[in-house]
Amino acid sequence: MTVSMLGGLLMSALLLWTPLALAALGGLLHRVSGVVNIGLEGQMLTGALVGAVVSGATGDWALGVLAAGAAGGLIGLLMSLCITRLGANEIIAGLGFTIVLSGLIGYLLRSVFDVSGTLRVAGLDPLPRILGLDPLFWLTIIFVPLIGWSLRNTVAGLRLRATGDGFDAANALGLPANGIRDIAGTLAGVFAGIAGSHLVLGQVGLFNENMVAGRGFIALAAFYFGRARPLPTALACLLFAVFDAAQARLQTAGVPAQLIQTLPYVVVIAVLTATAVRGVRGRVRRAG
Amino acid sequence: MSVRLGARDVSRAFGPVRANEGVSVEIRAGTVHAVVGENGAGKTTLMRILYGLDQPDSGTVVINDQPVRLRGPADGIGHGIGLVPQELAMIGSLTLLENLVLGTEPRSGPRIDWARARGEAEELASRVGVELPWTALADNVSISVRQQVEILRALRRGADVLILDEPTAALAPAQVDDLLRLLRGLREAGRTVVFISHKVDEVLAVADEITVLRGGKVITTRPVGDLDRTSLIELIVGQQVGFTGFVPSAVTGDEVLTVAGSVSLSVRAGEIVGVAGIAGSGQDELVERVVGLRPPDGRITLAGQDISTLPVDRRRAAGLGYISGDRRSEGLSMDASLADNTIAGTHRTLGRHGWLKPSAVRAYAKRVLDGYSVRYGRTTAVARTLSGGNQQRVVIGRELDRDPKLLVAAGPTRGVDVLGMTYIHDKLRALRDNGSGVLLVSEQLDELLDLSDRIIVLHGGRVAGEVPGGPASRTAIGTLMLGRTPS
Repeated sequence: MTVSMLGGLLMSALLLWTPLALAALGGLLHRVSGVVNIGLEGQMLTGALVGAVVSGATGDWALGVLAAGAAGGLIGLLMSLCITRLGANEIIAGLGFTIVLSGLIGYLLRSVFDVSGTLRVAGLDPLPRILGLDPLFWLTIIFVPLIGWSLRNTVAGLRLRATGDGFDAANALGLPANGIRDIAGTLAGVFAGIAGSHLVLGQVGLFNENMVAGRGFIALAAFYFGRARPLPTALACLLFAVFDAAQARLQTAGVPAQLIQTLPYVVVIAVLTATAVRGVRGRVRRAG
Repeated sequence: MSVRLGARDVSRAFGPVRANEGVSVEIRAGTVHAVVGENGAGKTTLMRILYGLDQPDSGTVVINDQPVRLRGPADGIGHGIGLVPQELAMIGSLTLLENLVLGTEPRSGPRIDWARARGEAEELASRVGVELPWTALADNVSISVRQQVEILRALRRGADVLILDEPTAALAPAQVDDLLRLLRGLREAGRTVVFISHKVDEVLAVADEITVLRGGKVITTRPVGDLDRTSLIELIVGQQVGFTGFVPSAVTGDEVLTVAGSVSLSVRAGEIVGVAGIAGSGQDELVERVVGLRPPDGRITLAGQDISTLPVDRRRAAGLGYISGDRRSEGLSMDASLADNTIAGTHRTLGRHGWLKPSAVRAYAKRVLDGYSVRYGRTTAVARTLSGGNQQRVVIGRELDRDPKLLVAAGPTRGVDVLGMTYIHDKLRALRDNGSGVLLVSEQLDELLDLSDRIIVLHGGRVAGEVPGGPASRTAIGTLMLGRTPS
């Protein structure tokens, strides 16, 4: 393998890393507030469609990204309200939103846009490049340390952590614990929505109803693996992205594509299993 | 002196239960005022009313000599009243400093001003004379330290009257001393402390005035100088209490338990062997090894049979009974019914082919619960709904009814009031006199001295010495507990 091939692999890995890490950081914030967000997948898909349509209609990538974030945030807020105010189970709510959204989007594609699955938007404005990579990549790079620092050192960060680990205690101290969770859920939606828009505006240039392809769930696995700490979470995303980039290249080597495409997912399962085994071994077991 | 906080003719009923009936108390500024009574005497109801968490049906709260209506805890806090609840509102994954400032953080912009927070924390702590590891996680410090942070938090939020609800219930003896010192420090700093307890020794050690509640009514309020241990207990209980005191075993038989390993000891049939030591001296490990919750580090026999490698259920089948010191997680299943809790371990005898026979279950549970004077409504009620003392009776009934050859009793009267304690002591003696062996681990020296025929003292995970039971051994135990040799 030559240096230029490695460089190419790295660049495409970073490209694939951006939406994954963004969504994972959003899920991380929600996790820190005490809610496991299973709805990232649907929020990403919504962001991808809204980003594509708005970017095409306005001819401005930034407006597309903002609209994707707003749409994701709105869905994140709705989902959070179902959990915090109506007492819905977070797993059921997250799965439900994802299933409903993907069904709704499939229906919209056929009824409104009159296409089956893939939407090519005329006049779509792709993300520009700064130093060879797009602005959302640089935004995500900044977010990793910024979120870590904010969780430790800001009032908002402390209250978010307090709500996640001591919901009743936070309430007893007069903090609006449910409201804090709603804010975290909205932020998670904003992050996931923007991540979705990156798939369209930063990668493929068109919308497909299957384009998220489980990335919302990989993001979930990433912040689990990273134990809701930004840097390990981002690194977990990078691991997946590297294998995702590698599988795209290996497909030209004559191995069946369907098999190769499972590679990044297999890696995630292997890593999660290894983490869990280490966790069980490390725990002090009373029963011996 | 003025009345900083008080109640005037307060009554509060919950359905048919009159929790408070015409209660009047006057708590003077700058004093430690104890409110004592048995479980269910109405202490907690009164405290909730004084703090604003609950409103009286009639009567009024008095603050600074004026009648006041408290509509919620915010009103209480507004009047400078702070409550330190039994269930502490501390968050385990946050540091002590983070817990202290949470909700009222000193800030500069969106950032927390950690330097100022630390300064305030140190200043508060030194004012009441404690030192705290501010950067430690709350999960990694003792309950006693968490409680101190909770007290400082109330002070930081502007409380100058502190209500502490059974603050010593979960503390070890040395930690109780620390708390009492802190309360005296608060009084010296001009604060007012309301101390709720049913432990007479602590109350007598720290209070200026004592109000006794019984059956929802105030029996008396007196300065501490007018009371001694016996008279206070009689006021609380409302009758003379028949403390049996030390009664040595009449007959002892063969060894029912032998333990070899880092701690070696034996218990004979018809004998109560006490285990003393400051917290963390190896008592927990000993209990867990005997019961089968921890791998053994030597040979353990039960009535001659080697049980070292047997799992818990086989040990129980071989004649082991266990009263856990941790009632909530080991002793009972708090969300299971009283019947299920009572039959646990005996359930195989109450049905056929893997099916339980409901009538047999009910009959068995009723017999045990009634036999051990548990106050309950139905056998289908969950354990959580009972008071702590009643929960402990369920555990004791279940374990003693099986007539164990050896009973391991770890803190059998923890969180139990005076009458409940004498009841449990009598049951343990009866079990011994019936020919069972008892291994008794307790943090309460009086309990060990009263009940044990012999007392093994642990220090640093080893046996430091052995003394006979009875009040005469008190000083010898104290010396051995510290790892010294009695002269």
